[in-house]
Amino acid sequence: MPTIRVSQVSEIEDGGKIVIEADGEQIGIFRIGDDFYAWKNRCPHQGGPICQGRIFNKVIEVLDADLKSRGRDYDEESTHIVCPWHGLEFDIRTGQFAGASDVKIMALDGYPTQVQDGDVYVII
Amino acid sequence: MDANIISPKVMPVQEMDVYTDTRDYLAPAREDARKMGFADWFICDIDAHHLETVHWHEVIEHIEDPVVRHQAMTYQKERFGAPPYGLNGDLGLRYQDVGGRIPHQSGQREKVEEGDVHRDVVLTRRAMEAMCIDKMVVFPTPMLFLGMHPQVEMEVLLTRAYNRWLTERVTPGDDGIGALALLPFNSPEDACRTVEDFADKPGVIGFTVTSTRYKPVHANEYMRLYRMIEETGKPIAFHAGYHWQDPSLATCNSFLGMHALGFAWCNIVHMTNWILNGIPERFPNLKSVWIESGLAWVPFVMQRLDDQYLMRMSEAPLLKQMPSDYMRQNCWYTCQPMEKSSEVGLKATFEMINAKTQLLYASDWPHFDFDAPRVIAEIDWLDEEAKRNILGMNSARCFGFEPKLKWK
Repeated sequence: MPTIRVSQVSEIEDGGKIVIEADGEQIGIFRIGDDFYAWKNRCPHQGGPICQGRIFNKVIEVLDADLKSRGRDYDEESTHIVCPWHGLEFDIRTGQFAGASDVKIMALDGYPTQVQDGDVYVII
Repeated sequence: MDANIISPKVMPVQEMDVYTDTRDYLAPAREDARKMGFADWFICDIDAHHLETVHWHEVIEHIEDPVVRHQAMTYQKERFGAPPYGLNGDLGLRYQDVGGRIPHQSGQREKVEEGDVHRDVVLTRRAMEAMCIDKMVVFPTPMLFLGMHPQVEMEVLLTRAYNRWLTERVTPGDDGIGALALLPFNSPEDACRTVEDFADKPGVIGFTVTSTRYKPVHANEYMRLYRMIEETGKPIAFHAGYHWQDPSLATCNSFLGMHALGFAWCNIVHMTNWILNGIPERFPNLKSVWIESGLAWVPFVMQRLDDQYLMRMSEAPLLKQMPSDYMRQNCWYTCQPMEKSSEVGLKATFEMINAKTQLLYASDWPHFDFDAPRVIAEIDWLDEEAKRNILGMNSARCFGFEPKLKWK
């Protein structure tokens, strides 16, 4: 399996990403903390360039004890990549469509990543 | 000519009119019921109607505000030819009978002997017997428009008076007659009081929001109401209606067009808000029943909401399933008026809404577009279990009552 050396760890900031092209594949590599995730740059919805979209935290609705809505907030623990074509949101950690969390609707295709000697690798 | 000439029997009823007995009117349905053996089937009609304005003089006696009650009684006694006190019925009501072509919609002036029970009990029983219906839920007719009344307090007073009249005079007359107590939805506090006071009254199997109104069903002030209804274990129903003065429907120049769209439109809006604001997530045991919008709108809304939700999930953050999943699992639908012109479309609809568990038979008798039970029984691609579920057993499970056979 070909291995791509993407960059040095320090070149991708925490919460950031880099989109590369190698061996005919476009791949987005995302960093959350010390973890790296690699996803194909094709949205399963209609083939849009998902990895070239923006990163947003998950939006949640805050309910009080009476189940009344108290507005919306961001869930800092859950980070989404948003397809710039149609807005579909995918969990960067799992690649799963981030809505309708109890059912699996669709997911990004991904690749394993590896960090070695301060460099980030993707195995394709 | 041979010797086998038959002498005909002249039918006793030559032309149906507003004086025709319900049993004569529905004689073909009774014959269908006999042929199909409906006496052995539990058949529940979740949406039939009575004309509460015929007995409005009785209803207004139950108005609790003494001043309004006095005004109403004086008005009913002295104002000749005036519409019923306090009601705001829609213009469209004048067109329902297609210019006199469908007399049972115009009125039911048939003879009813004075007896132990209310006239509406007798009329309801006649329809039940004719169609072999074991349980029939009755709704009012012009009161379906009360959600558009400019005086919220009048909606409160009249729905309360009606609920009291219905549960004191009508539902105790026959245990086969059910009711979904009307909620004065424009006053959430009074709607909660309705649940407190009527949940255990005779015949009350749930609660109704009359859908013709502009209040958003997801507003925070309704959360207490939903919790209270959920705790009763009884469903909340959204009974559709139209509003010809709605700016978009006002462009329709026929009752046909306005009615076709209007009866679906109000429930399309309420369902959209109900689902996207996660009411089924907040109240997972609250059953909602969507009444008299037909069925074709359901796949439409399912597909529209699913499609848009994929692209805008941050606007519906409470959802843990697709909108159509909630619509298929947490919601029940009455079939009438069932759109039957396309078998392909109807079949797809049954599949999409999971009709075997979620579809409830409703006649809408005596309104112009009523459906007799045969509309379900004669579907040849449904198995018998599905037919029995739709005609009665789904309602028994949804509303939690015993399926008792009345006509066996």
